[in-house]
Amino acid sequence: MSETDVTNADLPADGPEPQVHGQRILLDGVTKRYPGQKAPAVDDITLEIPAGEIVMLVGPSGCGKTTTLKMINRLIEPSEGRILIGDEDVTHKDPDELRRHVGYVIQGAGLFPHLTVAKNIALVPRLLGWDKARIEARVTEMLELVNLEPDQYASRYPRELSGGQQQRVGVARALAADPPVLLMDEPFGAVDPITRQRLQDELLRLQEELRKTIVFVTHDFDEAVKLGDRIAILQVGSAIAQYDTPEAILANPANEFVEGFIGHGAALKQLTLTRVRDVDLHEAAVARVGDDPAQAVAAAEELGREHVIVLDGAGRPLRWLPLRALRRPDALTRVARDENLESVSLASTLNDALDEMLTSSHGVVVVTGRRGRYEGVVRIETVMEAMQGLQSPAHEAGRVTR
Amino acid sequence: MTPAFPVHRQGEKFRYWVIAQGASVSLWEFVQDRWSLLWFQGYQHVSLVIQSLIVATLLALVLACLSYRSSRVTSVALSASSVGLTFPSFALFGLLIAFIPNGVTVSVVALAFYGTLPILRNAVVGLARVDPGLVESARGMGMSRTATLLRLEIPLAWPVIITGIRISAQMLMGIAAIAAYASGPGLGSFIFSGLSRIGGANATNSAWAGTLAIVVLAVLLDLVLNLLGRLTTSRGIRV
Repeated sequence: MSETDVTNADLPADGPEPQVHGQRILLDGVTKRYPGQKAPAVDDITLEIPAGEIVMLVGPSGCGKTTTLKMINRLIEPSEGRILIGDEDVTHKDPDELRRHVGYVIQGAGLFPHLTVAKNIALVPRLLGWDKARIEARVTEMLELVNLEPDQYASRYPRELSGGQQQRVGVARALAADPPVLLMDEPFGAVDPITRQRLQDELLRLQEELRKTIVFVTHDFDEAVKLGDRIAILQVGSAIAQYDTPEAILANPANEFVEGFIGHGAALKQLTLTRVRDVDLHEAAVARVGDDPAQAVAAAEELGREHVIVLDGAGRPLRWLPLRALRRPDALTRVARDENLESVSLASTLNDALDEMLTSSHGVVVVTGRRGRYEGVVRIETVMEAMQGLQSPAHEAGRVTR
Repeated sequence: MTPAFPVHRQGEKFRYWVIAQGASVSLWEFVQDRWSLLWFQGYQHVSLVIQSLIVATLLALVLACLSYRSSRVTSVALSASSVGLTFPSFALFGLLIAFIPNGVTVSVVALAFYGTLPILRNAVVGLARVDPGLVESARGMGMSRTATLLRLEIPLAWPVIITGIRISAQMLMGIAAIAAYASGPGLGSFIFSGLSRIGGANATNSAWAGTLAIVVLAVLLDLVLNLLGRLTTSRGIRV
């Protein structure tokens, strides 16, 4: 595979399309042999990861996916082959220097327990010798990026955070020095399913802004379908069984191994391919903190709604309030954030939205966009319609291949 | 006739007389009489222990950092430390005197030797217990081996290391008494002079005064080290 992809990292952004900050990664005939083991752990893998895309390495345990990932930042030294990031061969670069420019996120975040959140995020910028003011500004920026209030979280210690929050700090830390490439090794493996779904949404939202090149290892095929621009399904020895877009893999599994890996219900998995942003959102009755409750009630009644979603000053949803709670004149002066408010992001899949709806008492779920701002709501009818629209073509595609 | 001593200080005169005559007094009186000497020897005792402890800590940390990455070297270090602690201290002082003429040097060398062992043991265990995922995370961010050791592993192992230092300090307070045998400094001189003339006037008092002073100072030193440990341990890992 010798095709040379021109990276557009240096080209200016044109139009509304965000600039690609990532760099292409090319694994060229990379092999890893461990002494005393007959079969190589990774056997001659050649893989090109285009700039600004998320590529998922997925496969059964022991297939060498993590080894492949760790060879990119040379936590594991390849025995043979070359690895290029951008146009630079990093196989002979000083490994510490290389790693300072490659973000790395592991399961459980790997935060240093004896350092505050701010100091954790500042680790790589400090290694790179940034000055104090720049580091401080960057830490604040990063915390805002991952939706953690800087005033509230900067001086906390990791053990004072929930698992999901730790993982977000882990991502913020990996992005702090603005590396073009981000390596993620089963980062969301140790959190509960709801938190995992939110973290996945958040990663997709971040990626819309940042356009890094992300290599993501997982054993969860659903996660791969949801997050990946492309998926590389790996067999033992990191042999690539199929490397394609999720749509193409679901519609056209290359062989029995891939079919087995996809598992049953490939058609239903297509629901994972539709994003919330692809369907028409509904308008809910909206009020802001500080608004006049009477006006909010009037507006809601005009729309025929019984609940109003309250937004904070930054346009982020706080909680649903029933109309009767809005009858009090001070109902909108102070509104507490509902920590369990069901919400999905524009990048979430309809599958996620459906999950959230089933736990919500409203039959609707709030959709948030950049920086957690309110965008609209998805209703259960919308998901149903989308499902019906999807089923038929997916079904046909499935039939053609058999 | 004017008395040689003012009447109101007759009791004091009597006490001087008693001491001069070698008659025993109560322990309390004995301590009061020799307060300044006891104070001075106590200061010397603690000073000897603290200085040896600093040497021992540095030595143990260096040895631990050299050995903890290899499990074989680690087990050698651990068994060496167990064997070392069984070495009778009295014998070690005796052997060292044969080579080193200076009593103070002998004391410091012997105490540093004993002090190193518990700290080494705890440091090796503490460093080995650091989550390998964190070390990998540090390396993955581009921290060098040394930076990882200094900024991640030692801070995380620190609570265990400081416990080792406290154990060492307690042990050294006791062993330091034997320094007097090698004509080193410290409260051991009270104990030795008492024990060497047992049955004589104030012999028991002397031994008791030295022993109790060591116990009191050991407790105080432990309090100080405990406080120091809390102050130097990050709030994020304090129990």
